[in-house]
Amino acid sequence: MSVQEVLPLNGVATAPSGQFRADHLLVAEMVKPGSKVLDVGCGDGDLLQLLETRGIDGRGIELSREGVNRCVAKGLAVVQGDADTDLVNYPDDAFDYVILSQTLQATRQPKVVLENLLRIGRRAIVSFPNFGFWKMRLQLLIGGHMPRTENLPATWYDTANIHFCTIKDFVQLCDEINVKMERSVALDLYGRPVPLNLPWWVWNMFGEQGVFLLSRGGGT
Amino acid sequence: MGSVKPIPSPAISADERSHEVDHPSSLVAHFGPEQPLRLDCGIDLSPFQIAYQTYGELNADRSNAVLICHALTGDQHVANVHPVTGKPGWWETLVGPGRPIDPKHYFIICSNVIGGCMGSTGPASINPATGKVWGLDFPVITIPDMVRAQAMLIDRLGIDTLFAVVGGSMGGMQVLQWTAAYPERVFSALAIACATRHSAQNIAFHELGRQAVMADPDWHGGGYADRGIHPHRGLAVARMAAHITYLSDAALHRKFGRRMQDRELPTFSFDADFQVESYLRYQGSSFVERFDANSYLYLTRAMDYFDIAADHGGVLAKAFAGIRTRFCVVSFTSDWLFPTSESRALVHALNASSARVSFAEIETDRGHDAFLLDVPEFFDISRAFLQSAGKARGLSLEDR
Repeated sequence: MSVQEVLPLNGVATAPSGQFRADHLLVAEMVKPGSKVLDVGCGDGDLLQLLETRGIDGRGIELSREGVNRCVAKGLAVVQGDADTDLVNYPDDAFDYVILSQTLQATRQPKVVLENLLRIGRRAIVSFPNFGFWKMRLQLLIGGHMPRTENLPATWYDTANIHFCTIKDFVQLCDEINVKMERSVALDLYGRPVPLNLPWWVWNMFGEQGVFLLSRGGGT
Repeated sequence: MGSVKPIPSPAISADERSHEVDHPSSLVAHFGPEQPLRLDCGIDLSPFQIAYQTYGELNADRSNAVLICHALTGDQHVANVHPVTGKPGWWETLVGPGRPIDPKHYFIICSNVIGGCMGSTGPASINPATGKVWGLDFPVITIPDMVRAQAMLIDRLGIDTLFAVVGGSMGGMQVLQWTAAYPERVFSALAIACATRHSAQNIAFHELGRQAVMADPDWHGGGYADRGIHPHRGLAVARMAAHITYLSDAALHRKFGRRMQDRELPTFSFDADFQVESYLRYQGSSFVERFDANSYLYLTRAMDYFDIAADHGGVLAKAFAGIRTRFCVVSFTSDWLFPTSESRALVHALNASSARVSFAEIETDRGHDAFLLDVPEFFDISRAFLQSAGKARGLSLEDR
């Protein structure tokens, strides 16, 4: 599969709303109502709360104790755990969707994690910051330093994000491990989808983050 | 049923303690020969009685019942003044008006475990066959036996499904046993500072405690009751050793350090020079006033035998296969008796069963005992978990 074949998600309104993040709203749109969802790296549980308002049975895993406790104190079903080590404990097909929202780049083994997502869930939804975004490229090219943005403010020596990738890189990885991309969207800096009629390299340049709905590929 | 009024506290004496065994200052359910308790050891215990307390009112749908399971040395007096010691209920931090488990919303039940000594049938009770105290003739009981007896009590109260089963330590073991044995009867389960099996280290500590009791010449092979005495010294030593395991090095250091007790310099004797010694001696001596030595042997044994996985072909996840109960598992960072790793193993098994589970580890230096203390983060989590489960259960948790 090549990038050009990726079918963008149609008709998703993702203007940032007051209460919920644009990428969360986009992810929520991808989940069918009434399904069972695992949110890996669920942070403070904002996405899970959004999903619950839509009648979705949501569970979460979160690495930080503070995050977990805040989630549990909101009444969410969240456990403390590590995407790299704890996903193996979940059985096959346990969930309709497994979500990895803005967490892929912080895992030690993104490829293994991705494979586990699609073992545990019949579908996976993955969003991540696009390191091919023009502002990132500019900082490295002109500034000569590791990029830092509003959403990724940490310095290179204290960031938890150890495996950055571009949208192009991610598409290649999906190809490599035989993952089917059912829908894909790039959001610009303001959380708006990059227009669909533009060529793929525009996505990789102007998408501040990518959001992908994945399923298991057929055949080998 | 209905609210139980606080019980006035009489002066402590050995007679009062034995009085509580047969005639507890609480509600009692009697089970006659037609309703024996089938024990894991193969014996039918009959007749027997369960002493219990209730707080709050059962709603019309009988859907708001919360069962509290007590720990090793607890009893049914979870939220009222204790009839023997005169102290507040042992879990008034969690249970009571304005607390996460509020009698305004829930019908709260707490029973003394079978094998206990506060009114449920145990080794300190009278054996009807002989007219004498059971002593070591009492059959060895297990955590599943305790839960089986509780289920009979819940039946007697006309409750089909418990809204929640809540407990810490040995109480948490009962919570897990409830979900494994009666998954359809438990809507939500709050298991705190516990494990699905007792570790080798914990069995070792229990054996130490039992040997201390048995080494007391007043124990008389368990037959002390007939002689009108009680192995106070052995039981106090057992309690002192156990109490250390409920705390942490950091907590002991913060509370006592190396400070001296009412003196400036060492006395060069084996007097309680250090505050920590004095504290432990107090813990030991106050415990023996309210607890029966044989009961301590039986209940520690029940914990030792506990191993849910072993009862399910060695695979823990099988115990919870297909379960719909909502779980909340809580551990404490400084608890080395039931460390977080035990809770994590439970959570992994629950995940493997696709159970709905929340799991929080709470940071505190207060050790295993933290579950009984004022730890606001723990209360926030308990409250939110029960409220969320209550919503799913259709309970009205607004003021009424």
